[in-house]
This record gives sequence, C-alpha cells and structure tokens, in this order.
Amino acid sequence: MLKKRLIPVLLLQNGQLVRSEKFTLHQVIGNPIHEVERFNHWSVDELIYLDISRDDHYDLRRDDKKVRGLSSSLEILTEVSKTCFMPLTWGGRIRSLEQMQAIFAAGADKITLNTQAWREPALITEAARRYGSQAVVVSIDARRHPDGRLEVCVEGGREATGMAPEDWARKVEALGAGEILLQSIDRDGTARGYDLDLIQRVAAATRIPVIALGGVGDFMHYAKGIEAGASAVAAANLWHFKELADRGGKRALARAGVAVRM
Amino acid sequence: MARIVVIDYGMGNLSSVCNALAAAGATPLRTRHPEELATADAIILPGVGAFAAGMENLRAGGFLPALREAVLEQGKPFLGICLGMQLLADSGSEHGHSAGLGLIPGRVERLAPPPDGDFRLPHIGWNDLAIRRHDGLYADLPDGENFYFVHSYVFVADDPGVVSSTCEHGVEFTASLEAGNISAVQFHPEKSHRAGLKLLSNWLSRVGKA
Repeated sequence: MLKKRLIPVLLLQNGQLVRSEKFTLHQVIGNPIHEVERFNHWSVDELIYLDISRDDHYDLRRDDKKVRGLSSSLEILTEVSKTCFMPLTWGGRIRSLEQMQAIFAAGADKITLNTQAWREPALITEAARRYGSQAVVVSIDARRHPDGRLEVCVEGGREATGMAPEDWARKVEALGAGEILLQSIDRDGTARGYDLDLIQRVAAATRIPVIALGGVGDFMHYAKGIEAGASAVAAANLWHFKELADRGGKRALARAGVAVRM
Repeated sequence: MARIVVIDYGMGNLSSVCNALAAAGATPLRTRHPEELATADAIILPGVGAFAAGMENLRAGGFLPALREAVLEQGKPFLGICLGMQLLADSGSEHGHSAGLGLIPGRVERLAPPPDGDFRLPHIGWNDLAIRRHDGLYADLPDGENFYFVHSYVFVADDPGVVSSTCEHGVEFTASLEAGNISAVQFHPEKSHRAGLKLLSNWLSRVGKA
C-alpha cells in the first residue's frame, strides 16, 4: 500500500535557510546543509527546496544570466545530493528547460514551477514531455479573500490571477503536471492548521497527487490534511522549531489511522 | 576493483545513482560512449522519463548493439532502474507504441488501478514490496520493506518466473525482475535511504562474484 508522505520544505533565500510568514516576513534560521544532514539522519520521506530569493532581477532576453542566477543555490543542491539518498524536489525562479536540466544534473528528481507555469503554460507540457510527468510538480499558491473566495496568486503571492485554485489545478493536470504542491498564503507561518477546504477542492478536481502546505503548527494538523484528500503533507517552519519533527509527525499520523512509513 | 559503468543517455538524474553506488562501496564510471561497455564488469541503466524518448536516446547514442552484446552474449551483470527496467521489454505504450530493447520478454503498460478508489497517478511515494526471492537483490531485506517509487507505467513480464518482487497500487504490479545476469527494479534504490543502499550493495556483491 502506498504510504502517505510527510515532507519538510526548506525555504532558501540568498543561500540561507529562512522561515516565512504570510509570504512577507522572512527570518534567517540556519545553514541549509546542516539542516539537511539532520533530515537525512532521520530518513525523512522526501525533501522539497523552494528558493524564494528575489534579489536576482531576471532579464528575459539573457539566458546566460538566468542560469547564473541559480548557480549559488544549485551548489547547495549538489552538496546535499552527495549524501542524501532520498527524493529531492527543487523549485523557485525556474523559467526554462535549460534551467531544469541544470537542476536535474545537480541531483534533483523533480522540479516545481509556479509563476512561469502561469505565464507560459506550454512549459509544463514541454517539461513533462522531456522529463516525464512524474518529474514536473506545479506549485499553486492560493489566497483566501475576506468573502471566502479563493484565488491563485503568482510572483510569491504578489500578483493575483483571477483564477480559482481548483480550475488552475485541473488545467495543469491536463497540461502534464505530475503532482501539485498546494500552498495557502494566508495560513503560511500562522500555525493554525491547513486550509482544509482548499485541499478538498483541489484534490477533488484532480487525479494526480496533491501535497498540502501552509499552516501546520501541531502534529495533529497533518492527519486533517490527509483526510481532506492530500497524498502528502508538508510543512516548513515546524521542522525547525519542534523536537523530533519527523518521528512526532509520523506517530501522530499513524495514531490517526494513516498509513505511513515509519 | 570492478568496473561499474553507468550509461548516460540524457534521461534524468545520474548523479544520485552514482552517489549511492559510491556510498555502497563502488567507483562508478558514467559514460556516453558505448565502447565503454566492452571493458565494463557490470552495467547500470538508470533513467526517468518517457519510454520512446529513452529508446531514441539509446539508439542515437549507439548503445543498442553494445548493450545486446554485453548483456545477452557476454552475460555481464546488468541493473536497470525505473525507466532502465522498462526499456528491457519488447515494447512500450507510453506516447504511442515503440519497440524496446527486448532483453526480457514483456511489455510496458500504463498502471490501471480501479477508477472507483483514490489511486492517484503517477504512483509517487514509498510502498512496500512482496518479495518472492530473497537470494539476490533482497538478501537480508525483510518482506514488506518500503522503497521509493515514481512512475505511471509498469512492466508486464511474459514469464512470471522472472518477477522477484511485486507491489500494489490498486492493482498488483512488477516491482523487480531477476533473470540470470539481468536485474531490474521499478523503484529508485538510490532514493530509498538505507534499504536502497542495501539493495545496491547486494547487487554489487553479486558483481564481485560474476
């Protein structure tokens, strides 16, 4: 039986590990390589890296510059993949197939697209054709408005798209995405638990696995995400501030009757 | 020291495979040159991606005759991983019908779990194996061990006798093949932490004896 996955998400900003709150507040919390050694020692199910640096200004006319902008973070990936024998997903600022090639070569198994998938949906299809759907994750960042309406946002939450998350999810699946990383912007860093309605909507609209992210503050929140339809439950901040974050999370899931790999 | 050659044909993440082999005690050599197979003691064909693209890249790289010679005629130990397992089949149906290497009789088809259950595809994540043979890849690994899978297509072998483990995702499917000098796994040992490293070192110890 396929196990539900428990996934730490590492947020990188200019080569540092950071914690995030509502996509706006970022605080440096440590060295990305040391943290990963801990996760490797714990034998975690999988790792997701999101490079949320914004300092690099992308000039779309200069391909060489785009690749160079990634290189310092890719050094981290190269280093990490030497000793981590677990699945690695890499995302953030990916704009082209050439960048994906560099990321896979550095040791990633999957890439995740967000803003560029919205700007250039054909890139999802091209990536899936070249690397297989299983290697192409689309990240969806959703904001809940005061009236309860959900809307997909891109550019790190700064640009609204006018589209509902379930509609965009359906579309990216049809375009060839193999997995969805679904993040609630409002819950980010709040420790209030997942936006379960958001997970339900997207999981019901698709047949590909959905990874839930955003809002976990307690191990008990994970099982709620699975019940809402997620195939994997992810968190970022919690992994740095709770003791035994992997074991504790897995035990809470198992106690709730969820099949996990212990 | 045994010469373990990892075929680089532009299909996915070879560094992980090489890093894991190094951790399991080998010194792998990755190559784009088919003539390296002639001097290899053992061969690994890794890979992720689509069947047709994989075959096309092997053909374009000149690997088809060299693989046949090394694996079938000279009987060198061979390990196929994920797409590298699927390509052993006679044919694949991903993005249209295409011929495979034909080293193990069978075909590659899309996994077809029952539509009424919540069996999402691709099949991504950790799943446990029902191990049928404990004398090769799975020596000292317990039945029910979890490995990391990421795929939508599966190998359907003509001869069930070559299937050394199965897995289930709504339907039972082949998780590994062991037939003489040929071994192949649908999952990713290089991504399966300690269990995966153990499997690789089991394979490597067979290479030593070959």
